[in-house]
Amino acid sequence: MLEINAENFEVEVLQSDKPVLLDFWGTKCEPCKALMPAVEKLAEKYGDKIKFCKLNTAENRRLAISQKVLGLPTIAMYKDGAKVEELTQDKATPDNIEEMLKRYV
Amino acid sequence: MQDIYDIIVIGGGPAGLSAGLYGARSRAKTLILEKGKWGGQAATTEELENYPGSIEQPTGPEITARMKRQAEEFGAETRAETVTKLELGGKIKKVITESAEYQAKTVIIATGAKPRLLGCPGELELRGKGVSYCATCDADFFTDLRVVVVGGGDSAIQEAIYLTKFAEKVTVIHRRDELRAAKSIQERAFANPKIDFIWDSVVIEIKGDGIVESVVVKNVKTNEVKEVQTDGVFMFVGYDPVSDLVKGLVDMDERGYIITDENMSTNVEGVFAAGDVRVKSLRQVVTAASDGAIAAVRAEHYISENF
Repeated sequence: MLEINAENFEVEVLQSDKPVLLDFWGTKCEPCKALMPAVEKLAEKYGDKIKFCKLNTAENRRLAISQKVLGLPTIAMYKDGAKVEELTQDKATPDNIEEMLKRYV
Repeated sequence: MQDIYDIIVIGGGPAGLSAGLYGARSRAKTLILEKGKWGGQAATTEELENYPGSIEQPTGPEITARMKRQAEEFGAETRAETVTKLELGGKIKKVITESAEYQAKTVIIATGAKPRLLGCPGELELRGKGVSYCATCDADFFTDLRVVVVGGGDSAIQEAIYLTKFAEKVTVIHRRDELRAAKSIQERAFANPKIDFIWDSVVIEIKGDGIVESVVVKNVKTNEVKEVQTDGVFMFVGYDPVSDLVKGLVDMDERGYIITDENMSTNVEGVFAAGDVRVKSLRQVVTAASDGAIAAVRAEHYISENF
C-alpha cells in the first residue's frame, strides 16, 4: 500500500484516475494495526481496480483533520478528487470495507 | 474430521490469553479465537499502573502482546477469526467461525465488554469526527485543542490525565458532585492544571457540522442548560458485556453478563466464562487474568472426569 503524506496527497489521492481507498491509521492505534492485514488482503484482491493507500495520522495530523478524520481507524474512499464514503471505528470491519469496495470496482 | 480441541477460548483479551496460557501449559490442546484486536480493552489503554508487576512504563498494548506471546510459547494456537455460531449442548461442542468449524471438549467464553454509548443526539453521527471511546487511538488528533471527557470512574479520569499530554485543556463532565475513580487517580487529576470539571451535569447533545464543535450540557440539579465549545468528546460512561453470541445458550443476568460459580462454570456442562463478560464485582486486567487461569484449570478437571 502506498504511503500518503502532505506532499503526495494531492497527486496520489485527489488526482488519481482510479478510485482510492485511504486507510487512516496511527502508531498508537491498536485496532488500526489489527485491521491492517485484512486491508492488505483486500488490496491483493481489488488492487487492479482500486488504488490502496495508507496515511499515518501521527505524522500527518493536519492533513487528517483537514479531511475531517478525527478518529481511528477510518477507511475512506476517494473518487474524482473528493471523499465519497468512509467507515470509522466499529464500522471499519473487513466485511464492511469489502462491501464498500465493491461499490467502486 | 478435524482434531478435537480440549479447550477453545473465545476472546483474545487478558482473560482469554490467560486461559490459553494455563491450558496450553498443562498440555491441553488449546485454541484462542479473536475477532478483532488482540489484547482486548487493555490494549487500548496506555496506563496500566494497577496490574501487579507492571511498573516502569509498560503500556496496555505491550503487556497484552506479551501475554499473547507467552500463551503461544506454551503451545496455544491463536487465530484471528470471528465466531458466528456456537453449539454448546452436546458433549462435544461446536464452534463455528466465518471460515471454519471447530470441535472442542470445553469452551471458555472470554468475549469481554465494550464501552457503553451515551445515547445522545450527535453521538453516532460524529463518531470518529471528534467523538471517541479510545484515548490512545485518537488523543494525537487533539494536540493543543480542547476536549471534554464524559464520566467519573477510573477509566474516565485516567484517560483525562492521559489526554492532558496532548490537549490544551481537558474538561471532565460528570453527573455527580464527586468522582468514583480511585483516590490516587483523583488526586492526580485535581492537581493537574489542564483539567477542570463540570459537576452534576450530563451531555444531552453533541453538535458539529462534519466534526465536533460543541456539547450541550445540562445541570441535573438546577436544570440549567449551556453549550460548551470543544474539539473532541471522549466517552467513558461504563461498559456493556459482549455476549450476544451466547444469548439463550447460557444463563445471564438482565444486563447480559454471564452467570458463573466461583470456578467460572456456567450452567452448561463444559462451558466456562472468564473476564469482563462475567457477573463479578471488579472488572480489571488482574481479575480477568485470574478468571482465565481458574477457567482453564477447571476445564482440565472437567475433561479428566468426563472423557
